[in-house]
Order: sequence, then structure tokens, then C-alpha cells
Amino acid sequence: MTALLELRNIWVEYGDKVVLERVSLEVAERSFVAMVGPSGAGKSTFLRLVLGQEAPTRGQLLLDGRPMTAQCDRDRGVVFQRYSVFPHLTALGNVMFGIECMEAPFTARLFGARRRAAREAAVEMLTAVGLEHHLDVYPAQMSGGMQQRLAIAQALVRHPRILLLDEPFGALDPGIRLDMHALITRLWAEHGLTIMMVTHDIGEAFKLGTRVLAFDKRRHDPHAPHRFGATVTYDLPLDRKTLPPTAAVDAPGQTALPERDIA
Amino acid sequence: MKRLVDIRPQRGTRLLLGALPIVTLLLLYLIASEARHVENPADKLLPTFSAMADAVAAFTTERDPATDRVMIVGDTLASLYRLGIGLAIATVTALLLGLLLGVMPLARAILGPTIAVVAVIPPVAVLPILFILLGLDEASKIALIAIGIAPFMTRDLTSFVASLPAEQSIKAQTLGANSWQLAIRVALPQLMPRLIDALRLSMGPAWVFLITAEAVASDVGLGYRIFLVRRYFAMDIILPYVAWISLLAIAADAALLFVSRRGFPWAHGGGR
Repeated sequence: MTALLELRNIWVEYGDKVVLERVSLEVAERSFVAMVGPSGAGKSTFLRLVLGQEAPTRGQLLLDGRPMTAQCDRDRGVVFQRYSVFPHLTALGNVMFGIECMEAPFTARLFGARRRAAREAAVEMLTAVGLEHHLDVYPAQMSGGMQQRLAIAQALVRHPRILLLDEPFGALDPGIRLDMHALITRLWAEHGLTIMMVTHDIGEAFKLGTRVLAFDKRRHDPHAPHRFGATVTYDLPLDRKTLPPTAAVDAPGQTALPERDIA
Repeated sequence: MKRLVDIRPQRGTRLLLGALPIVTLLLLYLIASEARHVENPADKLLPTFSAMADAVAAFTTERDPATDRVMIVGDTLASLYRLGIGLAIATVTALLLGLLLGVMPLARAILGPTIAVVAVIPPVAVLPILFILLGLDEASKIALIAIGIAPFMTRDLTSFVASLPAEQSIKAQTLGANSWQLAIRVALPQLMPRLIDALRLSMGPAWVFLITAEAVASDVGLGYRIFLVRRYFAMDIILPYVAWISLLAIAADAALLFVSRRGFPWAHGGGR
């Protein structure tokens, strides 16, 4: 399998502070990469790199074998913990936004038949995340879980090559979080997505991921803690879940005791 | 016993309590005016309500020979015209500059310092310059209002747009939006309710600039009238005029709030 995303010896430095050092890895298409690690270990920096929000100080990022520019574009969709949806648009408007930007470069609005087509696509996506009865609701009237569902629908409507999730369920109630786990697993399987997710919840990482990356500092200088950056200290493929996604989802008990896989 | 901070009056009680100070002030005025008139029936400083009513009747029916309009109608139209054009110029300027500067850090770097400098100049201090450059006609009065409030509004809108969560901009870009689409679909709609807020806050200063300009050089207008009749100690005209100006200001504020609630329900706690 060719790698969808490839990182070659990536370094990120802010001034003399090293955040990430020597990160090299490949991400296969249709994998679900969960990233864990303590605060300040560069998980979010890593995500911003892949997102294109930041450029590496050294090293190279390749998407589909081509060098990536340090600019956000529609190859990568993203869902943040908060502020992922536009407060001034209804659920439908939020999802249609991506289609409108693509099809109407100047007005960013569609009319007539093209609008109806965009609306249909948006409704379909909202139905897939379970928001089909909340098309005309503004985000301020939604619960946290609904807002995250909306953010996912909004990101997926443009069919990104990689979906990046930055602690997407961190602010949700435990019960809602379980619903969201089921939702993202189903979407991942049905749409053949490639997902990279940062999380603080190790259980969540092992439950959802087909591969878990742990970020931490390998070396530590007590007199100059900023001089060594973090890197990927563990790269754990969870073999039982790297089956074709559809089979993986159907198999019962698939996510039970995943810790054994790494023992 | 409930703590003071926990006592929340009901709607009816609240209206009653709110009316209390106003009624008290009116009563105090009545008593003071009465007392002065007992001493001197020709007192002009605190005219009685009946004297004011006579004055109101006069300036709402008699025609001003200069404009051939009922006095208060002519004054109100002239003032609202100046105020309206001034506010419109300021609003459009602030909207365009605020959007540009808020969305593009590059534009902010170029124009931000200039606007900051212009904003600290006391507008009334440049009034003589405006009179010299633009003459004593409408243009200078309109310019004073626009120059007086546009910099404040621009800075307010710029900082508002710049403080929109970075996540929104990134999300829009991942959805394929370019800079232009980002400005008109993400920043502009969210800016609109803030623009109305900024306009509401600017109404007070705008009236100050209007009345100042009219007081200095004018031949019609609410501010002109007040300063004109001041020479005759005509408090019976000044007080109703001031009340009328307050009423206009309250109405404008209420209208703007209504527009904001209607047009941008998502900015007022949801609703459709």
C-alpha cells in the first residue's frame, strides 16, 4: 500500500525551543491514527503541520507523494474541540458553505438548480450524522454533541483526503462521547476515510484507532528543558483493526481489550 | 431574609420602580418652578409646564419665515439630514475598513497606525479646519460627524473581526474558501450585528458633533435653535427641544436594536 501521507525527518522549532524532532512516519490510506501524549508533547503542533497551518523548520511532508504547501486547503478537513462551526449559519448553511465556496468562487452563493443540488448533498451529509431534523437550527441552539456532529458533516461534505480531529470529543459528556465514537467509526468505514485524531483519552485512542502514536520527549535536559523536542515514542499498529474497514466494524467485540495487542 | 443582590423585581414592579425617579424629578421641577413663580411671575429660568405647552404649540404650528416650514419640522429635518448622511458615511467607511483590516493582517499593518492617530484627534478641534476647507454649509457639519465617529467604529470592528476564533478561518480554508470568500461569507455576516452595536454606541457622540456644528454656524437645525433662543433665556423652548432630541435618540436606538434582532437572530441567543 502506498502511503497517503509521508513525513520525512520533521523538525519544528520556535526560536531555540525545539517542539518536535526527527519525526518520520507514513500514514496509509483508510487508517485511523490516534495520537496521544502529555500536554506540550507536540501533538497539536503535529496536527497543525499536517493541516498546513504551520511549516516544519526542517524536513518534508508529502501528500500522495507530492510535497505539501504550508497552507490549509481542501485536501484536509478538520474538526476542532470548539469553534468549528460558523455561528451565523444554520446547520444546513454550515454544510453547504464548502460546496458554495467550491462552485461559486466570486459570490460564494448558489442559486436555482445548483443550489438545490448543493442542498441535497448537504441534507444527505446531515442525515449521515443524525442531524436531519435540525436543518434550520443555529449552532447556538445546539448541544455540544450536535455541534460536533455538524462540524464533522461540514468537513466531510468536501471529501477531504485526510480528516483531522483535534480533541473533537474532549468537551462532551461521557454518554454523548460514546455516541460520537460510534458515529465516527461508522463514517470512517462507510466513507473510506483517513482520520488522524489527537486525544487526551488513551482509552478512546485504542478504541477508535487502527494505529496509536504516542508523542513524548525521548531525551530531557534538566537545565534546558526546551532544547530537546518531542517525537513519536511509540507507534503501535492495532493489527486486528487493520482489516478492511467494513469487516472491522461489523465484527463484534472488535474493540474489546485492545491493550493486549501491544503487550 | 433574602439578600439584596438576590431580589429580582417582576416585570410590573420593575416598570413601576423605573418610573419612580422620573416622576420624582418631574415633581421636583414642578415644585421648584412653582416656588420661583410665586416670587417672580415673570421667571424664565424654570418655566411652568403650561408655559412650555404654549411654546410647544407655537413652534409646532407657526411657520418659520426663513424656511417656510413649521419651525420644529424644519429644524428636525435639517438635523436628521446631516446626522443621517454623516452616520451613513461613517458606517460604510467603518464597515469596509473594519472588514479589510480585520481580515488582512497586512492591511492592518499598513493602515492601523494611521487610524489610531486619527482616532485620538478631538473631532471638534478640527471643526475650524472643516469650516475653512468645506465652507459653512452642510458639508462641514456632515464631515464633522463622519470624522468624529468613523475612526472609533473602524477600530472597534477591526478588533472584532481580528478576534474571531482562528479556528473559523482555518475551517473555512479547509472547506476551500479563498480570502475573498472568507471575508464575505465568514467575517462580513458576523460583523453586521457588531456594526449595529458600534453605530448605537456612536449615536451619542454623533449628536454632540451635530449640535456643536449647528451651534457654531448654521441657520436651521435643532442645535441652532437651542443656541439661538438661549440669547432670550427661552427655557420654555429649550427644554421641549432637548426632550425632543432625547426622544429622537431613543427612537433611533430602538430602531437599530430592532433591525439587529430581526436581521441577525443568531447573534441574540438563537431563534430563527
